Order: sequence, then C-alpha cells, then structure tokens
Amino acid sequence: MIPPSFEYLTPSNISDAVALLQKHGDEAKILAGGHSLIPAMRLRLAEPGYLIDISGIGGLDYIQEESGQLRIGAMTCEAALEESEIVQSKYPLLLDTAKMIADPSVRNMATVGGNLAHGDPANDHPATMLALRASVVAEGPNGTREIKIDDFFPDFFTTALAEDEILTEIRIPSPPSASGGAYLKIERKVGDYAAAAVACQLNIDSSGSIENIGLGLTNVGSTPIRASSAEELLKGKKPDENMLAEAGRLAAADSEPMEDLRGSAEYKRALVNELTQRAIKLSLQRAEGSR
Amino acid sequence: MKVSMRVNGVDHEHDVEPRTLLVQHLRENLRLTGTHVGCDTSQCGACTIHVNGEAVKACTMFAIQADGAEITTIEGLATNGELHPMQKAFWENHGLQCGYCTPGMIMASVDMLKNNPNPTEEEIRHGLEGNFCRCTGYHNIVKSVKAAAESMQGGA
Repeated sequence: MIPPSFEYLTPSNISDAVALLQKHGDEAKILAGGHSLIPAMRLRLAEPGYLIDISGIGGLDYIQEESGQLRIGAMTCEAALEESEIVQSKYPLLLDTAKMIADPSVRNMATVGGNLAHGDPANDHPATMLALRASVVAEGPNGTREIKIDDFFPDFFTTALAEDEILTEIRIPSPPSASGGAYLKIERKVGDYAAAAVACQLNIDSSGSIENIGLGLTNVGSTPIRASSAEELLKGKKPDENMLAEAGRLAAADSEPMEDLRGSAEYKRALVNELTQRAIKLSLQRAEGSR
Repeated sequence: MKVSMRVNGVDHEHDVEPRTLLVQHLRENLRLTGTHVGCDTSQCGACTIHVNGEAVKACTMFAIQADGAEITTIEGLATNGELHPMQKAFWENHGLQCGYCTPGMIMASVDMLKNNPNPTEEEIRHGLEGNFCRCTGYHNIVKSVKAAAESMQGGA
C-alpha cells in the first residue's frame, strides 16, 4: 500500500506554512506526526496533492503551566505527555488518555495537536479536552484566535479550523485543589478505536460535593460529545450510588452511537453508562487523594 | 527528492519519491531487510526501528521525514560482532518461534528499557503492546526482556 504521489513542503515557520495553505487550499494537508494521515493516505481515504510538514518549525513542542493554564504545543507527542512531571502530578485525565492512545512506538510520533485537528470523533483527546474545558489556538493569515473546544468539532471529521489556519497550542485551565480526573476506554484490542470511552474531570469542595465536572464521550456519535445532562445533575452534589447510576443513564442518553464492528448501539450505550459511573468514582477518589 | 540519513553509523544519501515509506527505503534502497513489514498499518510493530533514539514504526513514516535523522535498525544493534544484550537474551531464552516479529520486538524492547531499566512483567507486556507475535510466543519474549534488563543492570 504505497500512498498516492504528493509534493512535500517544509516551511520553517508558521507564517510560511499558512502561506502554503493559502496557496494550495484544500489540496494541502498539514503533516504532524502522520499517524492518522499516512494510514489514511495509504487507504486512499485522503489524497492530498501537497503535504506541509510542520515538524521543522521550532517552538511547537512544549508542556508549560503558567498563569492558571497548562499550555501544550501542538507538536508535543503523546509520549512527552506520559513522561511530563506536571502531567503526572496534576493532570491524571491527560495521563490516562496518553497511555491509552495506540501503543508506545506510535506515541513517540503521534502528536496531541494532530489528534485534535484530525477531527475524528473516535480519537481520544477530543473527549478529554471537552472534560477539561480546554481551548485551542489557531494561527492564520490574520494572526491567532482561541477556539473553545465545545466549538471546535462542528461535524463529522470537521473542525472549526479555517482552510488556512493551523492549530498551534492547546490550553487547559489548571485544576483547583481537590481535583481529579480519569479516562476509561473499552477497546477490542490495543490500537483499535474505542468501542466507547469516557473522560471525566471534576473538583470537590471541603464537604466532598462536586463543584465542577466535565464529562466527554469518545466514539459514540458523529462528533465527540459532552454529557451535559449528567454534568448538570452532579454539579453541587455529593453523589450516592443511585445518583451515579442516574448520571450513567443520562450520559448514555446523551450518546448517539451507531452499530458497527465494535458492537450494537445498545451495547455501546451500556458501555457509556457503566464507564461514566466508574470514571466519576475514580475521579472522586483521585480528588480526595489530592487534597 | 534528496534524503540523507545516518543508518547504523553510516551516512546514506538517496534520491527518493516523497511517498517512499521509510521501511521501503531501508529495505529496498539500503538493502537492510532485517526490518520487516507485517501489517503495513502501524499495528503489528514488525517494522520497529529507532529514529533519533526512539522506537518508531517505519511503515508509517515517509523516508523524507527522516531527512537528517540518526537511524538504528536491527542490523546496527550488535557492536564489533558482539550481540546486544537484548539480542543475546532473546537467543538464550528462546524468545522467538518463527522469528518474523523478532527484529521489531527487540528494537521496541531496547527502547522500553531505556525509559524503564527494570520493568515488571506487567510493564513489559504493556511496553510491547504495539508488537504482535502471531506464533503467540509472548511468554518467552517477556522472559527474554526480563533477562536482558537484569544483564544490562549488572553491567554486562
């Protein structure tokens, strides 16, 4: 499976890359880690005439926490998230997610920015970023703009990026004290897309009640889905088993899975229901542990 | 397009089509056929090599992306005719049956020990998640990696 021919372009800065996007329009694709794009090209699902490799552009590979935000450069690879001390100590949801993406060799190449910009509802970071209430920075001919993650995935395999914009950074609000998160995924085998997965991020007050909660769902709809009814139910509450069960039921109702090789829609809804409850419980434990 | 890379300590320069995959370049242009192609879709890990010291699946990278890179393949692991401790451990512990997955298993295992010199059995199994043995000979593969970790820690 040799990919179709293309012209390979290597800009040395973002504005050159943007100019190339303007010049070549929808015939061009940005190449980051290539671990979604290259397989898609080999399967003829994508046949870009121009590949704009942004790996030669410096300054897009970093993980920094400052002024109340975690900033992740778009070219940061998944392995760097796993190895990051700040991610290990304060962002368990990100750590869980990075460890569940494909396998270690793939994680050495695959980038966080690519995982989002690909617009695939089966990818793992979209749900994670929904739960974390992140935003992304896009750079285009008129400078940069910040896009809230809730506005970033308007449709199936579609992002809010304009044709001449490049995703350069992900911004995540730093969690307050007594925060916890978790990502739970059921996959048929390592490297497969999730049959379903649930991302949870929350923080609790001194009495143990949930102050804020974010819940994101992977691969159970044409876009990544925020389980907003479950979020609303739990906000301000100290959930007992009954309430957790209700939250799972609501999250399953918010999902819109389709039957495929990974199972029936009913099965996937049942997974969302159960994984939501488990992700909330684990996040609560982790929040208690981080006091 | 010109692409130059240092492979197993030797500089190579070739003219390649941009769509040439790295594994294809290594096997067909450099005749380094120790790196295998299994699934061709970055699942099985038979094509695992090191690019600038990190394990990478060479079927999912274009040769031109490795322009200027330092590459190690299974052929470059031994030094002065002496097998790398990981190769030795696979030999001594019979960490292979048909041998097709072995180069990738060894390259992925070397990278794993670099990040985690003393892994538990569970960590070894997770560390090799991206490498399939279709003979299902995982037991001795895990044993081999464990033995290599011990011998490398002992300064062997």
